[in-house]
Amino acid sequence: MKVNNGQSVNVADIEVQSYELFYADINSTMEKPSAHCVNYFAVPEGNELRLFCCIAVDDEHSIDIFSTTIAKDATVASLTAMHRAFHPFEREIHELYSIGFEGHPWLKPLRFPHDRANDGTIYDYPFFNIQSEEFHRVGVGPIHAGIIEPGHFRFICEGEKIHHLEIQLGWQHRGLENIFLKKDKVLQRATLAEQIAGDTVVGHSVAFAQAYESLAEYGISEKLNFDRTIALEQERIAIHTGDLSAICTDIAYQLGNAVFGRLRTPMINYFQKWSGSRFAKGLIRPGKTNFPFTKALADDWRETIAKYKPHFVEMAQEMFDLPSVLSRIEKTGVVSKETAKSLGLVGMPAKAAGLERDIRASHPYAAYDKIDFKPVVKSTGDVYARARVRYEEVLNSIDNINALIDKMPEETQNGYQPVPDMKLKPNRFVVSLTEGWRGEICHCGLTDAEGKLKAYKIKDPSMHNWMGLALAVRNNGISDFPICNKSFDLSYCGHDL
Amino acid sequence: MLNTLKIWLHQGKQYIPDVTTTDVPGVFRGRPVISNAEVDEEALAELCPMNAIGTHPMTIDLGRCSFCGECAFACPEKIKFTKDYKLASNTREGLIVKAGEDKPITLDESKIRPEVRKLFNKSIKLRQVSAGGDASCEMELNATGNVNFDIGRFGIDFVASPRHADGIVATGPISENMAAPLEDAINCTPDPKVLILVGTDAISGGLFEDSPAVDRKVLDKYHVDLYIPGNPTHPLTFVNAMLSLLGKKNR
Repeated sequence: MKVNNGQSVNVADIEVQSYELFYADINSTMEKPSAHCVNYFAVPEGNELRLFCCIAVDDEHSIDIFSTTIAKDATVASLTAMHRAFHPFEREIHELYSIGFEGHPWLKPLRFPHDRANDGTIYDYPFFNIQSEEFHRVGVGPIHAGIIEPGHFRFICEGEKIHHLEIQLGWQHRGLENIFLKKDKVLQRATLAEQIAGDTVVGHSVAFAQAYESLAEYGISEKLNFDRTIALEQERIAIHTGDLSAICTDIAYQLGNAVFGRLRTPMINYFQKWSGSRFAKGLIRPGKTNFPFTKALADDWRETIAKYKPHFVEMAQEMFDLPSVLSRIEKTGVVSKETAKSLGLVGMPAKAAGLERDIRASHPYAAYDKIDFKPVVKSTGDVYARARVRYEEVLNSIDNINALIDKMPEETQNGYQPVPDMKLKPNRFVVSLTEGWRGEICHCGLTDAEGKLKAYKIKDPSMHNWMGLALAVRNNGISDFPICNKSFDLSYCGHDL
Repeated sequence: MLNTLKIWLHQGKQYIPDVTTTDVPGVFRGRPVISNAEVDEEALAELCPMNAIGTHPMTIDLGRCSFCGECAFACPEKIKFTKDYKLASNTREGLIVKAGEDKPITLDESKIRPEVRKLFNKSIKLRQVSAGGDASCEMELNATGNVNFDIGRFGIDFVASPRHADGIVATGPISENMAAPLEDAINCTPDPKVLILVGTDAISGGLFEDSPAVDRKVLDKYHVDLYIPGNPTHPLTFVNAMLSLLGKKNR
């Protein structure tokens, strides 16, 4: 069944196929050049599991939903065997429900969730190993040297050269998807959506708000869509600026670190002026906002950007011009277009490798159909390209916000609006996609016969991209790992949920 | 070289001269003030997504509050969030704001262990551990070291190993999978040491309090020296909390 981004449908209208047909149809849809899997998960129904697979076809601007049911102890043919991009999804279904996937090349634990079907612990992870005196292993984490989230990295090195990297996640697992179903107040769910990944507050909470409003068939004003779009673009500016600072830190370029770091401050402080939180927590709520984007805020934004942009451009031009910087970031951590495509990479690593993956352009939502913009795409797939995507996307986002302010519709919300009493419609299914600064975010919601949430499945772009990082560092020096890692800047909690 | 000098010149001075008195821009939601106005307290308690509001008399637990401000929007005559960013306490009770009280949140001096001030007054090295944190508190802790907040000027630093540290700064609700590594890090830190909880999730577990994937038992084994609220904790809240704990004057 074909749906549009954010369009909810009756579950009964989604055809339940046999697994063989489901498998064949997905394989043939994946032949289309712009097709990619945005979410694939299982929902328990009695003694069976119902599988939902959502494939976005960018050229057609629609999402194909496939569904099947399988027995709880089934072993079925693996989609990953045909398309590697399915690996995290099948691993999740295997880990939660013990479903076997025949032909899956890497059927390892994904995140050690509390409700996993096996009784192993996170210390039992089966690391890949090579028995050879030529190689040595380096283990890093779960706690890292800096102030970042935990994850374990296991390198197999030949001297200083990385031969193989395996990334073991799950340390951050908080049981978020289950808590999401248990906490049934809309404000609790909105707060949880903000905590999926605390660096992508707007990206995830807009995906949540869209899904929720669609399941409740609750229409929102055009103005609110404009506000959300501005917030999404502002989040991109703020985080990209901070990331450029962190990339400079990892190559010991002190000036870039200090200048981009301080330039991030007015960008996140802008959110504080708008919403009282530097990370925009509290800004996005289903059906309303407590912080409408006003004329005064628009003027303030233009003033803030007028001070920010010349400094940002000056610093970036110097950085991208400096041989000592370029020698560290050019040809480092290369991901080819073919690899990006086969792993289903999204966001910066995909765009840097020449793959045009941008939900804002391919599946427009909020107010993205009101502005004209072209995704930034590079070709070299290295750290340089990923840094360059950030720089150009910041400039792009500034243009986008300017265009949105110019076209801003009249405010319709008058003063404080109480939390809307949203009743979700029974037996509905929705796919909600947004393009967070990190890449494609997908939330899928499913309601039961009483209109209660039966499943809420969250996919952070990191789910696709962690394997990309593991492959990008092969044949690089181990000292280049931090810079490769930062250029991907993936979320641990967004992956572990 | 010339370009580098030009950038230096253009940047000028960026640090905040006095982090104890500086004003935060915009509509920052810091310490709440609860009036004695008669309102439907149950409705407000029900509205709060974090279960942070107590009734008769009304209280707000900053260890649970997400600072979303919904209560203040719904009932401005009862609850108002001020721009006061000094929110930390060394006791859990100290984080509870009561109706009719409008006074700064301070540390209970009698409960600060004497060795903390004696040994760490001039310099303290901290090891941060994120245990299910959503990265926002972690990013704000990183920001305390940037050129604006520059916490290094007070002799406060984050270090790479617990062996080099005088204390642990924990964020996140403490996921079951991180409970053991967190405990290892605490045990690896030489005595005497401090334990600091940063952010709503770390202090109370937040919305994950009753999640089966969270295991907060480790906290029962150690003395918590400082609770620093926030969602996430603002860098100024963290810097001021540290200055209060160590008895330092702003320099």
